[in-house]
Amino acid sequence: MGRYVFKRLVLLVPVLLGVVFIIFCLNEISPGDPARLLAGDYATEEDIQNLREEMGLDEPFLSRFCSYVYGIITRGDFGTSYATKRPVLDEVMDRFPTTLLLACLSTLIMLVIGIATGIVSATRQYSWIDNLCNAIGLVGVSMPNFWQGLMNILLFSIYLGWFPSSGFYGPQYWVLPAVTIGTSNACTIMRMTRSSMLEVLHQDYITSARAKGLSEGTIVRKHALKNALIPILTVVGMTFGTLLGGALVTETVFAIPGLGKYMVDAIKLRDYPVIQGGVLIMAIISSLVTLGVDILYAFIDPQIRSMYRSKKNRAKEAAQNG
Amino acid sequence: MAKMCTPAMEKLRRKQGSKPRKTDPWHEAWYRFRRNRAAMVSLAILLVMILFALFPSFFARYGEDEQIYKDAFIKPCLEHPLGTDNFGRDILSRIIWGTRTSLLIGISSVIVSLVLGGMCGLIAAFYGGKVDNTIMRLMDVLYALPSLLLAIAIAAALGSGMRNVILAIAVSQIPSFARVVRAAALTVRNQEYIEAARSSGSSPLRLMFRHMLPNCLATIIVQATLGVAGAIISGASLSFVGVGVQPPTAEWGYMLSSARQYIRQAWWIITFPGIAIMIAIFTLNTLGDGLRDAMDPKMKR
Repeated sequence: MGRYVFKRLVLLVPVLLGVVFIIFCLNEISPGDPARLLAGDYATEEDIQNLREEMGLDEPFLSRFCSYVYGIITRGDFGTSYATKRPVLDEVMDRFPTTLLLACLSTLIMLVIGIATGIVSATRQYSWIDNLCNAIGLVGVSMPNFWQGLMNILLFSIYLGWFPSSGFYGPQYWVLPAVTIGTSNACTIMRMTRSSMLEVLHQDYITSARAKGLSEGTIVRKHALKNALIPILTVVGMTFGTLLGGALVTETVFAIPGLGKYMVDAIKLRDYPVIQGGVLIMAIISSLVTLGVDILYAFIDPQIRSMYRSKKNRAKEAAQNG
Repeated sequence: MAKMCTPAMEKLRRKQGSKPRKTDPWHEAWYRFRRNRAAMVSLAILLVMILFALFPSFFARYGEDEQIYKDAFIKPCLEHPLGTDNFGRDILSRIIWGTRTSLLIGISSVIVSLVLGGMCGLIAAFYGGKVDNTIMRLMDVLYALPSLLLAIAIAAALGSGMRNVILAIAVSQIPSFARVVRAAALTVRNQEYIEAARSSGSSPLRLMFRHMLPNCLATIIVQATLGVAGAIISGASLSFVGVGVQPPTAEWGYMLSSARQYIRQAWWIITFPGIAIMIAIFTLNTLGDGLRDAMDPKMKR
């Protein structure tokens, strides 16, 4: 198990290096001169040139790339924002709690609604409730996230006046964004839970559990759900990882001061270090979450667990079993 | 055996519709597809959307950027069925013009990422081993970034404009196409007919494109249909964030983002373009599901 985790962590390194490289190249080809942008409209050519040297923009491509990577590894230096002159990591960390809270709340909503409706749908296949869930699910999957957010603002904030439409200062502010992100992802989870449950419910061991005389509730809860949930876990993990990187568009709609809005603002300002650092941090976060889910997978699913058992343990077990 | 056709059999045949006599899988798929009502409806809607995209000036009463300032913020009425926006532009007309933009972005970015990603996946599956490993590790790098984030980063770097948006979305979708095509190609790679073609001296290129690719086509078509839907949403999101298609062009996402500040005064400006996006995505998703059920009944859920 330990070796598996270690191996996965080692494999993560080249992937993240590749991500840094891609983002670095993207900023190379982008139009506009950051020094000029930073210096403002009234700066002279000389000022701009000085600024350029100060920021190290004159050095060759590879040396800048290497020093960037070196800085990250040794000092956790993801660059300094052109706009605020603060380290990107600090700025990201300031905003991370907001995004983390939002991600947890929306994931909770997504899990509760998605899995519950999915199970109901699957156990009553082709009933009116199943058809209704399917229809809502299809519509929900088709709605762009940000439009759903706007519609929620229109209905619950402007017409009904129940919740504030923007900001993130207390529980009443959390409701709309969390519900928006939660429900739109719940549709995906519901569809997956339904198909996964249906697949499991049609297997022989469910039939034999029924033949044994177990109640339908026990069958669904203990026998079907446990197996059906495994593929769903991957999707939940990936969604959570993406959400930790900030729900880019939804955060912008609700003016939430989280990672997503920070990135969108940085892109508008052409604040390259923030774009570079932010995307990289998000990639690290989502890769770690994916890794975490994979490991969790190995703990939950005995089939996978046995594949990664160390040789010593395997020998011990073989000895015990005679 | 002589052909017998009793009246009863003839009646049965008519009732079943023209069931394909040949056992051509494409005919069979079309036969199954035609019986799926939801899929047929979505195909019809898609055809209407394509007509809108091809001849917008024929269907839209007003021009793409026709501004009549005295008519700003008109509620939905007979003259303007979906109302007008802050510049007095007819929203229905702009939605029809926007169909062209959205379909163009959706279809062309999927073509680009299908060609690039599909090639990578096919080559990876065909050669296996080191080649496979190298290509798929490269794809992992792209996959490590959430796709919308990658698309935004690329579009921000390239600058806005239709071509760059298409490129940005295409690149962000490459890894998922590569994975799907690779998985499909791996299942046919070890089939006997590939072995037979190889032993009769087919070149690797011929094996890949003449023998493997056609057998992955069902999966690819389904993935491409769903990919168009995803690309349209990404395109709208890009415009919404402000790195998408530029103003005079009618685009659903941009219509939404520019209408955001008028949300308190004019609900119709912000509602209808979103509904247009929803219909488009819904249609493509249903079509994709229908195609999957038709072409691979085993995968039916």
